This record gives sequence, structure tokens and C-alpha cells, in this order.
Amino acid sequence: MDRRLHALLLNAAVAAATLASPGTARAEDPVGASPGTPQVVEPRVARREVKAPAIDTENFEGGLFVGTVSIEDFGSSLLYGARIAYHFTEDVFAEATLGSAKAGNTSYEDLSGSAQLLTDSERQYTYYDLALGWNALPGESFFGSRRAMPSAVYFTLGAGSTRFGGDDHFTVTLGSGYRLLMNDWLAAHLDVRNQMFDSDLLGKDKLTQNLQFSIGLTAFF
Amino acid sequence: MHRVVVTACLLAGVLHAAPASASSAESVVVQDPYLELHSGPGRGFPVTQVVDRGASVELLRQRTDWIKVRTGRDHEGWVNRSQLERTLTGDGDEVRLPGPTAEARTEHRWEAGVGAGDFDGADVVTVAASYALNDSLYLRADVSQLFGEFSNGWLGTAGIGHIFMPQWRVSPFVGIGAGWVYVEPSATLVEAPSRSNQAAYAGAGLRGYLSNRFLLQAEYRQYLIFMDTNDNEVINAWTVGFTHFF
Repeated sequence: MDRRLHALLLNAAVAAATLASPGTARAEDPVGASPGTPQVVEPRVARREVKAPAIDTENFEGGLFVGTVSIEDFGSSLLYGARIAYHFTEDVFAEATLGSAKAGNTSYEDLSGSAQLLTDSERQYTYYDLALGWNALPGESFFGSRRAMPSAVYFTLGAGSTRFGGDDHFTVTLGSGYRLLMNDWLAAHLDVRNQMFDSDLLGKDKLTQNLQFSIGLTAFF
Repeated sequence: MHRVVVTACLLAGVLHAAPASASSAESVVVQDPYLELHSGPGRGFPVTQVVDRGASVELLRQRTDWIKVRTGRDHEGWVNRSQLERTLTGDGDEVRLPGPTAEARTEHRWEAGVGAGDFDGADVVTVAASYALNDSLYLRADVSQLFGEFSNGWLGTAGIGHIFMPQWRVSPFVGIGAGWVYVEPSATLVEAPSRSNQAAYAGAGLRGYLSNRFLLQAEYRQYLIFMDTNDNEVINAWTVGFTHFF
């Protein structure tokens, strides 16, 4: 009891002393600084100018592609288009694609001779696709023993719209590609995509698979 | 001695850069213990050179988190931004390389994103952009294309939203807005008139950061379509997408 009272009084005394002393002097200060003592160490806050370097940031990639698309029931056609990508990280990118092709005839149209299922404008196959891509297998490709170029095999998953047969179709696109950087800013692409959408053009509602194969050139900017 | 080296590097850089490109590359002095120069802009590319502290390197270009540099001895390679965060200019000023920081989560202004989902049975593709008024309040505009079984359409809305915990890795948000919906019947069906109506929505969702600048977002919205008849139409919609901020 006595000792507890003693400790309590001691604590109170220390607390009072701490409160009474001005800001800089602390109870555990070995120097025992009294009020009015000038600060021994003056902090040198040197304000440095932070500079953003004039560096060329190249996260966009844009270019053109050409290839072939096999439009289900309508044969294979020449495909061409443009794409733009934005690279979030070294692994992930977003890609917007616009493409166009002109569908051919169905087997039925060819065999019957004259019957046409679609008008000329309805045969126009145009699409856009907004996709997320993943550089799954980055690496280098070697050409002979002297040249190594950065490359990547990537996968994409996208959603968009395909206008075909006079109607817009919600389209899910699965893709895979190979990107080869020929120098710091120019890349060549080999792409395979499968565009899937529901269509009732031939009377019955079905999921069509429209495979495309393309080569392309893009520039980083 | 140090200054002589830096000056020599700068001079060499200027002389070397001249034929390649007109823009003069920025030169910085390495402050990290060492820099690892990779053969390509990715963590898996082999390290081909190492540059010590105090050496000067030229910054040539940046791709995502990788910066292509040229050393005083004319070696080129890609360095991760994290190794170049503490560098100085030849004059001793600090250099900050552009790129995402954790603070950017609450400091950024512009966001852009895409998504896909369901609009009362119809498929929907959405593109959105938003502008932050402060840490948690933002203005947002969306344009969506709708693909229904019997009709297609477009939906455009503008609204305001609130992010509850912008500094959290995953945060809930709410939003309200208004706009227009345009619906036209599918071409393979008999002719029916297309129509355009005003719409309003209230929504809620979750957003989570996958990296410092990239987030996934899932949102549920209830739309009220103001019809010409007395009955207004209520539509439930959800979308899942990704967003990037600048």
C-alpha cells in the first residue's frame, strides 16, 4: 500500500515536471536543457526540386492487320482492320479492334444458282471488339546467332458487336497471338481469333463460330 | 572527378544520340547500389549488364514499368522503374519517373473502362469514362450497346457516383444518373417502330485494384425507363469490367 502510494506520487511528480517543461526539453534529456536553451542541432531542410524527366512513354500500340475470316455458312473472306492497345503493365493490356470483311455465298446460294439470302450491303461483316489481353509467354525469339528480338505469346478475351446480315450481334471473342518486336517501336503480329455470336440468319438460332487468322504491323507510341 | 565523368557521359550521349534521333535523351546519375540492365522490357529477360551507383545513364524510352537506358559505355538495356526511383540529374536535382504510385489511387482524376454484362436479358457492352471531383465523388458517363433477342439498342447515361473507401484495395460505390435509351427491333423480325425513351438509374457495386492503376469493377443498376404509356419500365442490369486511370 505504502509503495503503491509512493509510486503514484512519483508518477504524478514526473508528469507534472514533463508538462511544466517547454516543448523541446524532455524528462529523459541527459543534457537537462533548461527553458531558453538554443537548439543545438538546427534541422537543415533543403528543399530539392523534383524533376520529371523528358522521357518518351510508349504504352500505346496501334496498327493495321489483314487476314482471312471464315464466316460460318458464308465461306472465307479477306479481312482487314485496325487495332489500338494500351499496355497497363508488362503482363496485361487492353485492346480495341475494328475489322471488316465481305461475306461470300452459302453453299445453298451457289448450288441453286440465283437465290440470294442476303443483299449486298447485308453481306458486309464489320465488328468491333474490346478485349483484355495477357502476355502469357514473354520471351525472345532468335534469328540466327546474332539477333534476338523480344516477343510474346498472348491471349485475349473480349466482347463487342458484329454487324452482319443487317443485324448487330453481341460477340464474344477468344484469341491468341504472337507479337514480335522488330525494333524498339515496331512490332509484327500473328493472330488467331474466334468470334462467337448467336445468329438466326438461316432460320434456326445458333451460336456461330467465326475463325479468323491475320498478320499485322503495329507501332508503339 | 565525378563531374568530369558526368560531363563526359553527357557529351558522349549527345554525340551518340545525334544521328539516331533529334530529341536529346535525359541523363541521370544512379543512386541505387546498382542497376540491372535486362535485354527486354520484362522481368524474365536476362540481365546483360550492371551499372554501379554514381554512374550516369541516359533515359531513352519507357514502356509500362521498364525504362530503356544507355550507359556511358554505350550498352543499352531495360531497367525496372523501381531501381531508377532514386536518381539525380547531373545538377543534383531529384528525378521522378512517370508511373503509378500507391497515392495515385486517391489522387488521380480521369478513369476509363470497358465492361460487359446483362440488361434485362439483353447482352450489353459498355464504355465508360469518369472524372473525380475529389477523393470519393466522381462524374461518370457511359455508352452501352444492347443486344436483345428481339431488339437491339443503345443506352447513354451520365451520372454522379460516390466511392466509400477510395484508399482501400476493394471498395464499394454507389451512383445515380439519367440518360436516353434507344431501341430498334431486330432486322429478321417483322417491322416494328424503333423508340427512344428517357431513363434514370440507381446503382451500386464493388471495385478492386489489381495493380496501382488498374481495377476490376462490378456494378448492379436498376433502370427506370420513362415510357410514353403510363407504365414505366423497371430494368435490372449488371456489368463486369475493368477500369484504368490516368
